[in-house]
Amino acid sequence: MILTSNTPEFLIERNKERCIHCQVCVRQCANKAHYFDEEDGKVDSIDINCVNCHRCVCLCPTKAITVRKFPLEFRENSNWTPAVMRGIYKQAETGGILLSGMGNDRPYPIYWDHLLLNASQVTNPSIDPLRKPMELKTFIGRKPEKLDFDQQGRLITPLNCQLELDLPIMFSAMSFGSISLNAIKSLARAAVELGTFYNTGEGGLHQDLYSYGSNTIVQVASGRFGVHPQYFNAGAAIEIKIGQGAKPGIGGHLPGEKVGLEVSKTRMIPEGSDAISPAPHHDIYSIEDLRQLIYSLKEATRYAKPVFVKIAAVHNVAAIASGIARAGADAIVIDGFRGGTGAAPLRTRDSVGIPIELALAAVDDRLRQESIRGQVSVIAAGSIRNSSDVVKAIALGADAVYVASAALISLGCHMCQKCYTGKCNWGIATQDPHLTKRLNPEIGCQRAVNLLRAWEHEIKELLGGMGINAIESLRGNRLMLRGIGLSDRELEILGIGAAGQ
Amino acid sequence: MNLNMNKSSKRVEAREEHCIGCGLCQVHCITAHSRYPHDIVKAFKRQSPRPVARVRLEEARPVSFAMQCRHCDDPKCVKGCITGAMTKDSETGVVTNQEDRCVGCWTCILACPFGAITREETEKKVAAKCDLCGARETPACVEHCPNGALKLVERRGGK
Repeated sequence: MILTSNTPEFLIERNKERCIHCQVCVRQCANKAHYFDEEDGKVDSIDINCVNCHRCVCLCPTKAITVRKFPLEFRENSNWTPAVMRGIYKQAETGGILLSGMGNDRPYPIYWDHLLLNASQVTNPSIDPLRKPMELKTFIGRKPEKLDFDQQGRLITPLNCQLELDLPIMFSAMSFGSISLNAIKSLARAAVELGTFYNTGEGGLHQDLYSYGSNTIVQVASGRFGVHPQYFNAGAAIEIKIGQGAKPGIGGHLPGEKVGLEVSKTRMIPEGSDAISPAPHHDIYSIEDLRQLIYSLKEATRYAKPVFVKIAAVHNVAAIASGIARAGADAIVIDGFRGGTGAAPLRTRDSVGIPIELALAAVDDRLRQESIRGQVSVIAAGSIRNSSDVVKAIALGADAVYVASAALISLGCHMCQKCYTGKCNWGIATQDPHLTKRLNPEIGCQRAVNLLRAWEHEIKELLGGMGINAIESLRGNRLMLRGIGLSDRELEILGIGAAGQ
Repeated sequence: MNLNMNKSSKRVEAREEHCIGCGLCQVHCITAHSRYPHDIVKAFKRQSPRPVARVRLEEARPVSFAMQCRHCDDPKCVKGCITGAMTKDSETGVVTNQEDRCVGCWTCILACPFGAITREETEKKVAAKCDLCGARETPACVEHCPNGALKLVERRGGK
């Protein structure tokens, strides 16, 4: 087909005064948006190939490159926007499902930005974290109903297995396949250094990662890729993935292009084959079935490792979470609809699921009403962007949060949303050996550690401001939150007062 | 002269596993050896012909690394030099070419087992090679490598 209505999304502007035609941009662009004209000895661009990942912009030694929105205007129309029309053109040419990477980017309300935190004034002193101890240690797992002690004051109540976190933030599930081994190594090393955990996603555990086992959460998803007894026992906890915020209701997608030798060995699937996980687990059609899997996994690991169950935030999430708690999970992970992914059908990503803030509040409320909140830890995921989001999530009722998009951004991700193409210029969401080299795990680890250390300082400052010296005292403490610009119904679901109250 | 008795020996080591083949080492090497060592644009646009890069990017994707003078303990280029222009500093261990003494016979180029010497023809024909950026604390290539693929290593006591 010769006729195409596809037009460039971005315009590459090259400052001719500054460009020295060194070809760094040409060598760095896996999308071939830059080329060198041998005859003229000049570098030039092909705008339609540009995905606006900023790799060339950041590496250009003379800062000669800018990327802009392509200035081509469509006739103004609030209904038939350029994005809608471009989707139709693409489907008219390919007949395929539209894919996207990373989380929902639609302008739905972001409730974090409508929540305000409290601070102490006069009647209760605020605390200065630089001068006084401040505790962020968090334990994930089932807590006892009550504690019994013998006559010498020694604890006699048996405690369930717990994960001990130095700060209430973990790196959430990203599989080897969706991201590069160097990206996983960066996060694994960072988790070790920070005293927290990273998650394998459903990609299995590469041989090189077994040494980070005590900081690893191993995932069991519907595809059961790379799942075997050694895998369970290597990890510190096991996560059953029922759903994911970016694409609730469907399983993981890994295109065959990304299934090279190492991914194939780790996932135990043929090289080059698409790894399409089934939408449901074929052995789970009820809470009772889920309970069987939870206890099978507990048996397999001699009840020494907590079992998490991860679900996407959807309608009725509170009732589902209650079922999961009763099925015996040690922790429930709720993944909101802005959660990232390596590949998701665009329409699913943008239209399925609900915001994590509302889901988290609803789940915490329901578990409290049923007096089973202590039986499980609640982990909030799905676009925790900064330290104040973490604090607000914990005040809404989370025990800890998972971060993935923010962690990848710390490694260099620029949110171009092209993870599914396998051509990530930052060496993150790719398996091309030329591209994966771009992420040096030593540098990656340092950047991820820096990010969470910075958040740790900020969390302590925010807690201190509220007059709280332990994260435990903030957990579910919604009195510390007020809503701004929210309806009565939203305030009611969030269980908070309005600003000014 | 026993060159192994040097007080120190510095060289730039390439880490192949981290080299991304961007070529920034060459851009910054050219700039550092130009008349405008702090202005890339001027170095490339005002000086013609511009100096050659003393570091070479070797690439057969996905393998790539930047190669420059190894500042050998027993440098063949110094032995081969017919004018005594190429010397190894007994203090720092750095092998440098004194351009005013170099006559451009290219014996050093033939002698170098690493192919780390090139021809510089900006003013007079001389041999050009990595001088570890002379007065700079960190060579320009090491300083500007975006992925930690070049490291300046210093070994005390010769070997």
